[in-house]
This record gives sequence, C-alpha cells and structure tokens, in this order.
Amino acid sequence: MRHTLSVVVEDQSGVLARVASMFAQRAFNIHSLAVGPTHEEGRSRITLVVDAPDVEQLSKQLYKLVNVLKVTELTPEEALESETMLVRVTAGTDTRGTVLEAAAMLDATLLDLGPSSVTFQVAGDPATLARFLEVMQPFGIAELVKSGRVAIAKESTRAAARAAG
Amino acid sequence: MTTDTHITGAQALMTALEREGVEVVFGLPGGAILPAYDPLLDASIRHVLARHEQGAGHMAEGYAQATGRVGVVMVTSGPGATNLITPLQNALMDSTPIVAITGQVASHAIGTDAFQEAYTTGLAMHCTKHSYLVTDADDIGPIIHEAFHLAGTGRPGPVLVDLPKDVLNALTEVGPAQPVVLDGYNPTTEGNGRQVRAAIELLEAAERPVLFVGGGVIKAAGSAELLAFAEAANAPVVTTLMARGAFPDTHPLALGMSGMHGSYTATTALQRSDLLFNIGARFDDRVTGDPATFAPLAQVVHVDIDPAEIGKVRNAEVPIVGDARTVLTQLLTALERRRGDDEAPARDEWFATLAGWQEDYPLEYEQDPEAPIKVQYFIDQLQEATGGDAVVVGGVGQHQMWVSQFWRFSEPRSWINSGGLGTMGFAVPAAIGAKMARPDDLVFALDGDGCFQMTCQELITAATEGIPIKVAVFNNHGHGMVRQWQRLFYDGRFSASDLGTVAPDYPALAESMGCVGLRAEKPAEVGPIIDKALAINDRPVVIEVVVDPDEMVFPMVMAGGSCENVLLGPEDL
Repeated sequence: MRHTLSVVVEDQSGVLARVASMFAQRAFNIHSLAVGPTHEEGRSRITLVVDAPDVEQLSKQLYKLVNVLKVTELTPEEALESETMLVRVTAGTDTRGTVLEAAAMLDATLLDLGPSSVTFQVAGDPATLARFLEVMQPFGIAELVKSGRVAIAKESTRAAARAAG
Repeated sequence: MTTDTHITGAQALMTALEREGVEVVFGLPGGAILPAYDPLLDASIRHVLARHEQGAGHMAEGYAQATGRVGVVMVTSGPGATNLITPLQNALMDSTPIVAITGQVASHAIGTDAFQEAYTTGLAMHCTKHSYLVTDADDIGPIIHEAFHLAGTGRPGPVLVDLPKDVLNALTEVGPAQPVVLDGYNPTTEGNGRQVRAAIELLEAAERPVLFVGGGVIKAAGSAELLAFAEAANAPVVTTLMARGAFPDTHPLALGMSGMHGSYTATTALQRSDLLFNIGARFDDRVTGDPATFAPLAQVVHVDIDPAEIGKVRNAEVPIVGDARTVLTQLLTALERRRGDDEAPARDEWFATLAGWQEDYPLEYEQDPEAPIKVQYFIDQLQEATGGDAVVVGGVGQHQMWVSQFWRFSEPRSWINSGGLGTMGFAVPAAIGAKMARPDDLVFALDGDGCFQMTCQELITAATEGIPIKVAVFNNHGHGMVRQWQRLFYDGRFSASDLGTVAPDYPALAESMGCVGLRAEKPAEVGPIIDKALAINDRPVVIEVVVDPDEMVFPMVMAGGSCENVLLGPEDL
C-alpha cells in the first residue's frame, strides 16, 4: 500500500540519515523522498512516498526519532502533490515538429534543443507527469530524471487541520 | 595570567556528570578520550576500569538494571566504540537506561580514516535511543543533560555522546544547569481516562482474564501498584522473562513465565484467556510463538509507554499509552469506582482450571544423588541457602531459562539478564555493575561455561576493584541450548557446540584472577560449597558446577510454532 507522509524534523545534521535508515531497518520501502527547508527557522520537511502495509506503525516509529516533530499522512484526496522531471525525448528532424507541438500542448517547458533530442522540464501532479511520458513514449525517452514528490495538505481538509495541529 | 572562568570541555563533562549525580563510571581509556580521563581523577566520581569495553558496557547495564538509575560507560574512539555496540543493542532491546560517552578523533581528522577513527554515531544509529556528535565544547553540558533525560525517561534506553578530542580540550564556561527541553520528545505518562475505564469494563466482564506483565512494570517501579491491582481484579498474573520479580512468585495469583520455555500453565492460560491484559510487555516472539495462533480467544488491553509497541505484533482492543505505575494506579481507581460495594468476580471455574494444570504439569526435575548435578538442583539449593534474598544475574541459554523457571522471585530488580538480545557473556560484567550499585546485597551470577569464557576476564576487574560478586559456572562442556536444538531438530548432529577437550581449570583460573575458586562435582557437594561461597565476602568467588551435559530445558514451544503445542519433554516432539 502506497502512502505519502509529510514529516517535519529539526534541521540538524544526520536527521535525514536517521529517517532513511529507519525505513531500511524496519523493511519499509521508500518510493520517493524530497527534503527541504520549511517556512520556520530550524525546521525541515521530508516528504516520503512509501510502500508499507501498516502506516500507523511507520508513523509511530518515525515519532520515536527524537528529531522528528510531526508526521502527517496525506491521502491523494487531501493533498496537493507536485513533482518535477527533466526528460530528454528522442527527436530527429523528422519528428521534432510533432514532439514540440505535443510538449507545448502539455505545458512542458523546453530547456534544450539538441541535434537528435529535445529536453523538457515538466512539473505538476503525478498524473501530469505520467501523461507526458505516455505521449512521448512512442518517440523514445532517451533520459529521465525525476525529483521526489512534495505534497501539502489542502486547506479545506482534515489533514490540514492535523498538520497545523 | 588569566583569571577567567574558562574550563576545558572535559572538565565541563565532569561537571555535567556530577550534576547528574553520577557516582560511578565504567570504562576503559584510550587516545581520543584521554582528555576526559584527566579531570576524572579530580571529580567525585569513581571509575571502574574494565578489561574490555563490552564488559564496561554490561557493567553499566547491570548497574542500571539493579537500581533504575542511569548507568554510565566511557570508552575511547574506534575499537573502544565498536566494542561497545553489543551492550548498546542489549540495552536498547531491554530498555535499560545507560549513557555511553565515546572519544572521537579530532574534528579536523573526522572523515579522513584517521587512527582509531570509526563513524560512531553512524554505527550507533540503530542501537541507541538517540546519539549525539558534539561539535562545540559549549554544548557538552547541555547535551549530557539531554542524554540523561532521554536515557532515563519514557521508555528507557541507551544514549550515546561522541566527543571529538579537540572539543574535549577546547575552553568553555559552565553556567547554571538549564531544564531540558526537547520539542520532539514528550513521552505520555498518564493513560487516557476513557481507555482506562474501557479496560476496566473488559476486565470486569472477563471470565478468563490474565494480567500479562512485562519489564515495563519494573522500569516504572510499579510492583506495589501491580500487586494491589491484581488482588483487586482477582486475576492471575503471568510475567515475561524481563518481568521476573515484578510480582511475587509465591503469591497465589502468580503463574510464572510463559512462552518458549515458560510453564505449561502460564503459556496455556494465555491461550485460553478471554482477556489478555498486557501491562508493559511487548509481545516478543519468545512469548507469542506464531502470532497468528497466539491467545486466539483473547481481547487485548495493552498498556505501554512506547506507542509503537501497541499494535506492532498484536492488535489491542484497548490501547493505553502511559507509564505502567501511573496507569496501574488509574486502573485501580477506576476499578474501585466501577465496582462500588460489589464483590470482585470470583472466576472459580477459571482458577480451578489453572490449579488443575499446575497440578498436572508442574515445573519439575529429578536429581539422582549419584548422577551429575542438575542446574535446577543448584538453583534450589542456592534459594534455600539464601532465603531467596539475592540479586540473581543470568547469562544466556539453558541455565538462564532454568533460573527463570525455578528461582522464586519476590522482589523487582532481583533478576538481571539479557532478555531481548540474548547476549552470552552478559552475566559476569552485569553482576559487577549490580554489586557496585548495591554493595550490601548478595549478587550472584549464574552463568554457563560458554558464556563465562566470553567475559570472565572481568573477574580481574572485580578482584582489583574490590567488588565481591559470586559466580556459579555451570560447566556442561558445551553450548547447552545449541546442543539441545541440535539434539531435537538436527538429528543429534552436534556441530560446533562442544567446547572441546581443553576446558580451563575454572577454580585455578578464578584464583589466578584474584578470586576464590571452588568446584562442585556431585550433588552432595552443592550445599556445602554454596555455604562456603556465601561465607566469603572479601573477594569474588567462582564456583565451577560440573553439570549433566544431556539435560534439556522443558517445557518448550518451538520457535515460530504455536503456543498450543507445549512440549513437556522430548517424547512430545
């Protein structure tokens, strides 16, 4: 079962290692991870997409880490999610026009035009990224780099209340 | 000339330890920690020089288990720290409060593979409750106080503080002690009132309840509250290995230990119970066997200070996060309020069933006076000679199970052993730590020959430091529990479980280490040898007890098997 967890931690050295290593120790699988500062001084946020049968146990194990301050599970209905990817699509002179046209329709940002490929930046929710790849697949994906997923609770949801808690 | 108030980081460390009330540090010096060993000479803290860092760690654990106070161990970087990994994991598994202070190479050398460098905080990440690498001498005091707070509160455990040599040498100032504030650490001690009442509702309605008591009751100093609650509830009490002594074995409600080598009655009581009222136990696999078939009829109340233990192995109908003593007090109050002037449920049928099992399937052994000594017989004789008034320290294996089965525990903190990790070699150093903590009490290590050969050099520490522990070494010339499994599950193919033809002359070995060495080879010698050992109080005493190598521990539930299948002897296999 896949879950998105938003974890607020104290911004201290070794915190990311503690969190990541706990997942390895407890045999929970990390699908994606993103870490960065929050609006508060001394606080960082780790957004994790994980495969775990028991997210409650996972959350409790996270809370056992002294530097972990807040763990919130964000369900897809409650959360706004975003990822970024850089994609190099194979595009010779024969297909280049079609590729550029399709990319423009999908709101991808053109970053580089090479002799045999074109590189785009695509940002958005997971579905947007998946849609872009689906469209480009026939042309050939030469290279793909994805960021970890970040997520924030919608203001209207219970998760928002919990996160503010 | 300077007249300022600066002191070194090492001196700040000593000040912090003194402020924590530390009376003894167990340790072993080396290059990186040398700056701390110098001001230790001037501090009001005794140092016990172990012969191996693992020994120092287990001493700190023994000290902590015997008292509930935080034990302290101090070692150097690199091999000093790596040798400490086993005690740290041991303390983590058994929730024993210790603070480990490790030297580290100087800050500028960290990461260069310097001499005696190890990534100690990395190594300790999964065998401590928390760990610190101190980078500024000003932080030493505050971090030491945090470390003690973390180690000793909530679910206790080991905390490591890694101190680079230059940080110990740097100048700092010590201000007044500040209260410890940790945003991410606020253990819940008081149980939720509604859940407490829900637990009492289940209890009052239960026909076959069992109070299943774990080490959490001992950590919380809740034995008196447990006794009061059990009597008021009129419910039988099963204790885990870590909780031996939390409830008096002589009490009519006591069923003893359940699980892999528990009594038939205790194990089967859980299997038949309709309410498993867990107070401070973590449903270890040695208790549950196959969790899917464990206590299949029972609803579960689970009281634990660590929320992660609740629901980890067994779902709880009523979870209560809190300190065992506090919650037991709440439970008793709620029970009295709920019941008013009504009588406690009699549960005659349940108690009759339990009594029947106790009569039909007692823990027993036979000692033929002409045959080799049995460990169980020695335990009985020791109990008789001491009146049970001793702190008993166990190694790991068959003898540990026999002590748990046959010693009639009456006091909390009278049983010190390695439960979760099962660390052979624990007994001798842990007994030294316990005796340091409780010099007026008889501290008797009951050890196997396999365990003893791992850490017996700490007897030199005991003799040198004047710590007169007593040690019985049950010599069956092998690793008894390994042999038992090989006999039962590997067709009697004894692979690497025989300790060979060259056994040490244990009494002579003991004498060479400054102890008194004794030996008992026949059952008739056991009583007199114990009396002789008990009469010696100026030196450590080691008794070699030559025991029956073929004796096996029963009852037994197979690892991962169902607790429905309690094997009473090899014929049940």
